[in-house]
Amino acid sequence: FLSATPEIQRRSIDKILIANRGEIACRVMRTAKRLGMRTVAIFSDADKGSLHAKSADEALHIGPPAARLSYLNASAIIQAAIKTGAQAIHPGYGFLSESAEFAELCENAGLIFIGPPASAIRDMGDKSASKRIMGAAGVPLVPGYHGDQQEVDLLKAEADKIGYPVMIKPTHGGGGKGMRIVQSEDEFIESLLGAQREAAASFGVNTVLVEKYISRPRHIEVQVFGDKLGSVIHLNERDCSVQRRHQKIIEEAPAPNITDKFRSELGEAAVSAAKAVNYYNAGTVEFIVDTLTDQFYFMEMNTRLQVEHPVTEMIVGQDLVEWQIRVANGEPLPLIQSEVPLNGHAFEARIYAENVPKGFLPAAGFLHHYNPFPCSPTVRVETGVEVGDSVSVHYDPMIAKLVVWGQTRNAALVKLRDCLSDFQVAGVPTNINFLQRLSSHEAFEKGQVETHFIEHFKGDLLLDASALVEEEAYQAAKLGATLVAACICKMEQIKSKEAYDGKDKLLHLWYAYPPFRVNHSPRRAMELEWQSEITDLGPKHLKLVVTYETDGNYCVKTEDSDNKSPGVKVSVLHLGHLDFRVSLDGLSTSVSLALYSKDGSKHMHIWHNQQHHHFMQSVRSVQSIEEGSQHKQSFDKSHTVPQGTVVAPMAGLVVKVLVSDGSRVEHGQPVLVMEAMKMEA
Amino acid sequence: SSWATFPSSFHPRRELCFYATQILEDGVDKAAKSFTRNAKTMDLLLAQLRQHIDKVIEGGGPDAVKRNRDRNKLLPRARIDCLLDPGSSFLELSQLAGHELYQESLPSGGIITGIGPVHGRLCMFVANDPTVKGGTYYPVTVKKHLRAQEIAAQCSLPCVYLVDSGGANLPRQADVFPDKDNFGRIFYNQAQMSADGIPQIALVLGSCTAGGAYIPAMADESVIVKGNGTIFLAGPPLVKAATGEEVSAEDLGGATVHCKVSGVSDHFAVDEMHGLSIGRSIIKNLHMAGKQGEVNDSPCPLSNYEDPLYDVNELRYIASTDQKQSFDIRSVIARIVDGSEFNEFKRLYGTTLVTGFARIFGQPVGIIGNNGILFTESALKGAHFIELCAQRNIPLIFLQNITGFMVGSRSEASGIAKAGAKMVMAVSCAKVPKVTIIVGGSFGAGNYGMCGRAYGPNFLFLWPSARISVMGGAQAAEVLAQIEKKNKKLQGLKWSVEEEERFKNAVVEAYEREGNPYYSTARLWDDGILDPADSRKVLGLCLAASAIPIPADTKYGVFRM
Repeated sequence: FLSATPEIQRRSIDKILIANRGEIACRVMRTAKRLGMRTVAIFSDADKGSLHAKSADEALHIGPPAARLSYLNASAIIQAAIKTGAQAIHPGYGFLSESAEFAELCENAGLIFIGPPASAIRDMGDKSASKRIMGAAGVPLVPGYHGDQQEVDLLKAEADKIGYPVMIKPTHGGGGKGMRIVQSEDEFIESLLGAQREAAASFGVNTVLVEKYISRPRHIEVQVFGDKLGSVIHLNERDCSVQRRHQKIIEEAPAPNITDKFRSELGEAAVSAAKAVNYYNAGTVEFIVDTLTDQFYFMEMNTRLQVEHPVTEMIVGQDLVEWQIRVANGEPLPLIQSEVPLNGHAFEARIYAENVPKGFLPAAGFLHHYNPFPCSPTVRVETGVEVGDSVSVHYDPMIAKLVVWGQTRNAALVKLRDCLSDFQVAGVPTNINFLQRLSSHEAFEKGQVETHFIEHFKGDLLLDASALVEEEAYQAAKLGATLVAACICKMEQIKSKEAYDGKDKLLHLWYAYPPFRVNHSPRRAMELEWQSEITDLGPKHLKLVVTYETDGNYCVKTEDSDNKSPGVKVSVLHLGHLDFRVSLDGLSTSVSLALYSKDGSKHMHIWHNQQHHHFMQSVRSVQSIEEGSQHKQSFDKSHTVPQGTVVAPMAGLVVKVLVSDGSRVEHGQPVLVMEAMKMEA
Repeated sequence: SSWATFPSSFHPRRELCFYATQILEDGVDKAAKSFTRNAKTMDLLLAQLRQHIDKVIEGGGPDAVKRNRDRNKLLPRARIDCLLDPGSSFLELSQLAGHELYQESLPSGGIITGIGPVHGRLCMFVANDPTVKGGTYYPVTVKKHLRAQEIAAQCSLPCVYLVDSGGANLPRQADVFPDKDNFGRIFYNQAQMSADGIPQIALVLGSCTAGGAYIPAMADESVIVKGNGTIFLAGPPLVKAATGEEVSAEDLGGATVHCKVSGVSDHFAVDEMHGLSIGRSIIKNLHMAGKQGEVNDSPCPLSNYEDPLYDVNELRYIASTDQKQSFDIRSVIARIVDGSEFNEFKRLYGTTLVTGFARIFGQPVGIIGNNGILFTESALKGAHFIELCAQRNIPLIFLQNITGFMVGSRSEASGIAKAGAKMVMAVSCAKVPKVTIIVGGSFGAGNYGMCGRAYGPNFLFLWPSARISVMGGAQAAEVLAQIEKKNKKLQGLKWSVEEEERFKNAVVEAYEREGNPYYSTARLWDDGILDPADSRKVLGLCLAASAIPIPADTKYGVFRM
């Protein structure tokens, strides 16, 4: 009989089940494969044939699309691991990654949970409890009241003591639900009652805490890592201040405009926080930094690998997933604190399927075209989708993470903008254009980031329909349309030529280039609808006439109110697939197109010269009604919307219906509540 | 001495080629004065020519062009451009016909003609210019139209008529109407070419009055645009003068009348662009399958086809096992044909019969399916469609779910027997592969018109829900009971209600037994019972098996008109 610790009994991990989906599942698999480990994916009905399922050595169906029946179904996932013989489960982020119960279930089933100990997850999961522990460990906290006592008078007295503005926050839950900012004493009670109500409705518990409200905060977080032998180090910080709807969209490491001293203080505080809960594996300690006083306070600890971990990897040159697996295997950390490098600067931009002009509402749909920027040592694209996949309503609408590295912040920023301008997604609306504006903003360039950045610079970032900007955008769109028209003419010729070349009866002669007309030049009229991605105005109509000139070039005229535009001469070189080189006024640039049909319209996207435009052609125009559309229409549901119809602003789940059948509604009255990932509308 | 440098492998035949190839020497002296003089003069002449062309391309003047555009109509050359394959060439003929021929100018003779490809198939286009004298036919217009038809006939080019014309130019009727090569010859040519298997297609994009009305009426297939297109022998003013009737042009001969009621036109277009796109799809479906081996210069059948968009297995639940419950045969077609694409023919006319073109595993087919009882219009439509398919060697698929032809005095008076006979004649004589699937009821003469066993379909299959008999059991029981009652009465015998009931039940039972698919298949009235979900597969195999012989020409007997 040998008495040994469980660590020694276990064999080293050689097969990992990834209890997640999308890019993070793919990300974890990549490292696992590099380490020679076999991988097991799980997938729901909605993810059948998805990239993460295809990339794994084995993939197991886990349940229906709803997360609670699939990716949150702890027992099914554990069964899957046992069935496939995986010794360890990597939870990714989200889903079960911060479930102490799940971590325990894994351990009880003899599986290694690649993450922190259940006790640490539990300690950090309760905001009040975590603050108590942090306070005791000497980690700075935002002045506030975190007690159990919830009497109105007492809370108000505490708020008065802290000094306004204060923030009321539910102790459970997150995502900004039930949060209230109170500017002055006399607003406090009303806000408190509202916060409690909302907290009760959302989380079932109505306890709140009161904290000093920091009006110009930055969100800086520190990546920490611990091993099972008790060492904890930090891997520098990330700045994740720039957020919309309380969700990060652009992150960077290291944080701009901070001193080395501040950095090491932050790092030490983060390490103490982790040590206070006997932490091991990857974790992130989030701090709120008051930009007015340069004070930092502990906010919370995320007991998992974060979405934005790649920016840290880029500046420290390490693979954090590898670290996670090695720590889970019981190995010591590969570096000690003094060995942790800080090299260069990295950004991460999160590319979402969302409708920016409609307040960043999540979007769902089919990826008709997806051509992310090619990866290189300095550019990483973390993605879980490919062309032909759908962004479904069931899960987070993130399409990809674009991570770039540069020797300096400015160099990285230049790279980021370049990659964004050539990141091609078509089929669903995305925030790419918005990210481009954001990363080009002067204040962002200077590193003047703070949590309210987007709110602050709304005027610059979210264009209103002001005439001047519209006109500028319209002119740019006209140029885009001109190039689209010329490229399409070229494409058609190539397609026809391919279709009829080499056939008998000299038929190909009829498709010679340029097309022949007796004693005049052939012309081609095109009507395009241009939909601005930035403003929420309706589509604009563009009329174009392309003349095929005898030298093989095109003369493209856009028909305006002044019909006298002489037209521009465009020459097009086809580079292959949907890539072209076009010359216009002696300037030649590269152009990429995406073409697809959707909802009875033909869609055309063009990427050129750091610009992206989206055009549509209605079915009425002749070349786009392909034969048989008559029939399909009779099967399609009608696209016309009868009067009085309520159109959902996004695809999502109806969580509550507020009116009953037959009742009268007023203008502006809420009719129902819908929920998409982390969003209520 | 140079011969010695040839390698020893020198081939004597190459030497032969050397002598056979004779390349002309350039005998032109480009430095000669006459060369530059000629160049100069020719440049002037060409500039002059271009000037004339630029003018005729503008059509009948800015006012007429604007009126045309305000009605959402394109100029004839733009219409042709929309029909042509994108980026393809167009060989226009006699651009300057009518040049300084009459006192008034008549750009391009009021009609545009020329040759170009549509879906890889060369067509002759004949397009009236409504901006030139309302598209009326001057003598030169007729001449140009006839010349285009002559070329089409010589080169076997399908003719596409873009009709938008007021008919013969009345003041010049004597030079337009009566002679051999006058207006009447247009329709004569249409008839001759159709008989020779050269497709005749009319797109009615504007008015087509009097004689002009015969262009779509004589065509194999025609399209009419709502609002703009009208077909009538006499316009509202003449109607009022002749009969006193006051009627709008649209009500007299618009798209709705001709697609729903008269059947003069086959396809209803909501606007001009739609009309032109239907025109393209008509040409796409034209072919001489089997005879030429290639359709529109791509192999026939196509090797790259799509699966239906809808689940084939759902066929099991679409067909109703209760004969009284109807279902839309299009939902069956949608699960049988490639990409669920179905180009329906005469959708709005005789709606109880569904006809149209599609592909099954890349093989073009004409599909005829029942959506109810056959009326006179449905039978005529069926006969017309079978003729089209036989003309183009397109195999026919019959999807039978038919209770029979309409009965009753109104129906008889409308000549339903005659109409049914036309369909039966067409089915009997069409020399193309035919495959029948009985997906529901197959009763009475419906079984015949829809290519039952007696009509020699290459294959005939049943779904398990099918029923075949001369009529429904209940109806037969009723008929037989009435006869029996009469007999009993004549014999002076009493027939109790119970006895009558028993008699009827026996008939119903017999019909139920004999109409059962197992009864049929046991006696080889068919080639087997199919799982509905296998229909597409079996149709594909049947078509492949039927495609081996070169199809014969179809000849018909006398159609009772």
